[in-house]
Amino acid sequence: MSATVAVPQTQHAGEIERYTFAERLMHWLSGFTYLYCLGTGLAFYSPHLFWIAYVLGGAPTSRFWHPIVAIVFVLGTVWMHVLWSRDMEMTEGDKRWLDGIQAYITNHDEQLPLADRFNAGQKLYYWLMVYGALFLLFSGIFLWFPEYVPRQAAWVRRVMILVHEVAALVTIGGFIIHIYMSVFMEPASVTAMTTGYVNRGWARTYHRLWYLRVTGQKE
Amino acid sequence: MANGTLQIKAISGHAGTVPGKNTSRDYDVCKLIDVTTCIGCKACEVACLEWNGYPFRETVFDNTYQTMPDTAWNYYNLIRFNEHVNEDGTLSWLMRKDQCMHCADPGCLRACPADGAIVQYTNGIVDFQQENCIGCQYCVTGCPFNIPKFNPTTKKVHKCTLCSDRVGAGLEPACIKACPTGCLHFGTKDDMKDLAETRAAQLREHTSHKDAGVYDPPGVSGTHVIYVLHDINNPERYGGLPKDPRVPWMVRLWKGPLKWIGNFGMVAGIIGVAAHYMRFGPKAEAEPEESKK
Repeated sequence: MSATVAVPQTQHAGEIERYTFAERLMHWLSGFTYLYCLGTGLAFYSPHLFWIAYVLGGAPTSRFWHPIVAIVFVLGTVWMHVLWSRDMEMTEGDKRWLDGIQAYITNHDEQLPLADRFNAGQKLYYWLMVYGALFLLFSGIFLWFPEYVPRQAAWVRRVMILVHEVAALVTIGGFIIHIYMSVFMEPASVTAMTTGYVNRGWARTYHRLWYLRVTGQKE
Repeated sequence: MANGTLQIKAISGHAGTVPGKNTSRDYDVCKLIDVTTCIGCKACEVACLEWNGYPFRETVFDNTYQTMPDTAWNYYNLIRFNEHVNEDGTLSWLMRKDQCMHCADPGCLRACPADGAIVQYTNGIVDFQQENCIGCQYCVTGCPFNIPKFNPTTKKVHKCTLCSDRVGAGLEPACIKACPTGCLHFGTKDDMKDLAETRAAQLREHTSHKDAGVYDPPGVSGTHVIYVLHDINNPERYGGLPKDPRVPWMVRLWKGPLKWIGNFGMVAGIIGVAAHYMRFGPKAEAEPEESKK
């Protein structure tokens, strides 16, 4: 005779699932591994930021883990590509969205073409990180094992360090905007990426096409 | 080595001040190698191993008198043997003691990202501090002479120290002490330069070596190891001694302008988003009730 306690099923009531558990796991795996590589990478990038390596366990330790964690980041990015590449395809609407990006920057979102699951800005950031990861991986292999690059090909090492640095700086540019957008501009997106859910109003306002699709509504 | 002769004037990957920056001592130290009197006895190689406490390492026989194909992390000093056929059909057997040149403008130190892994003393010696080395081998990339060598076991890079531990105690480097022919000299840069020029002039005037000269490459602001060569116009013949060594321009690019562009970009980006927030603020909160429409 056990009495059951009725737990009110209000959690996420009236909300829409934006990111599955797998998507959230994948996002944070990629995110935190990127953050580690960013910190240790910046330490090697500038003497003024070398203290970051001390905070993260010492400079030789940072040198040891940076490429290994980077591999996890690349795997996370591959996983991301498996889950999101279809949603990230640029459409005609996205091109018009990008043409009118001024309206997005100045918070006149109503003037923009309706966004699907991801808007064109998110897609742009996605492709920037995918190609950034490719460049970082390719050049990074040479930086990981420079002892196997023969002396006659010393120029390869020089070029790869340059490629690695430029690719890293480009991703940092995107990363700054990404963090700013998600934490400050659209705080609902942090909740979405942690709990997985967004409220309907937000979905309808900022991702109308996606909202209509997942709710089976027509405009 | 915190004594006077080993005061530090440059530190790799270092953001703060350097104790001996812009100071100049009364003299820089210098090693002079007169290749015209080297007999290839390799006493210097043995003395180097003994002083630095390394056992003799495995080697590869390549049909020359050379001990091994290249210097190694535990073999700083190597006589390079080269056979050169002259225009008149005669043979020159060229022997050159190869080791760190201790550049006044060291490419290794410029390229190194690790704070304090490479230092330059006010007496001109460039020294690696293995406890600070992170094993990235950027120094290998920055060196125009192919000198720094990686130890794959400890992940640290090593090279000739110009016996900084001996010089700091007022002694000459081990290789100098071992040389039986007087082909190696050690003293102040001025004295060695003087002696080298005198020897080169002697060779030009009294022997058939009309192109004899002193190798002290200006591309790296001079070196603290200088050579007297029979033929100053063809240093490459001596086992690949570069004619005009320089810190690679690409190393200067990523350690110079690229840093400033990148730093500016990152700071501008952060200021930019902060300014955007103040000017435009966050996106409007969407009303949950809207869904009930």
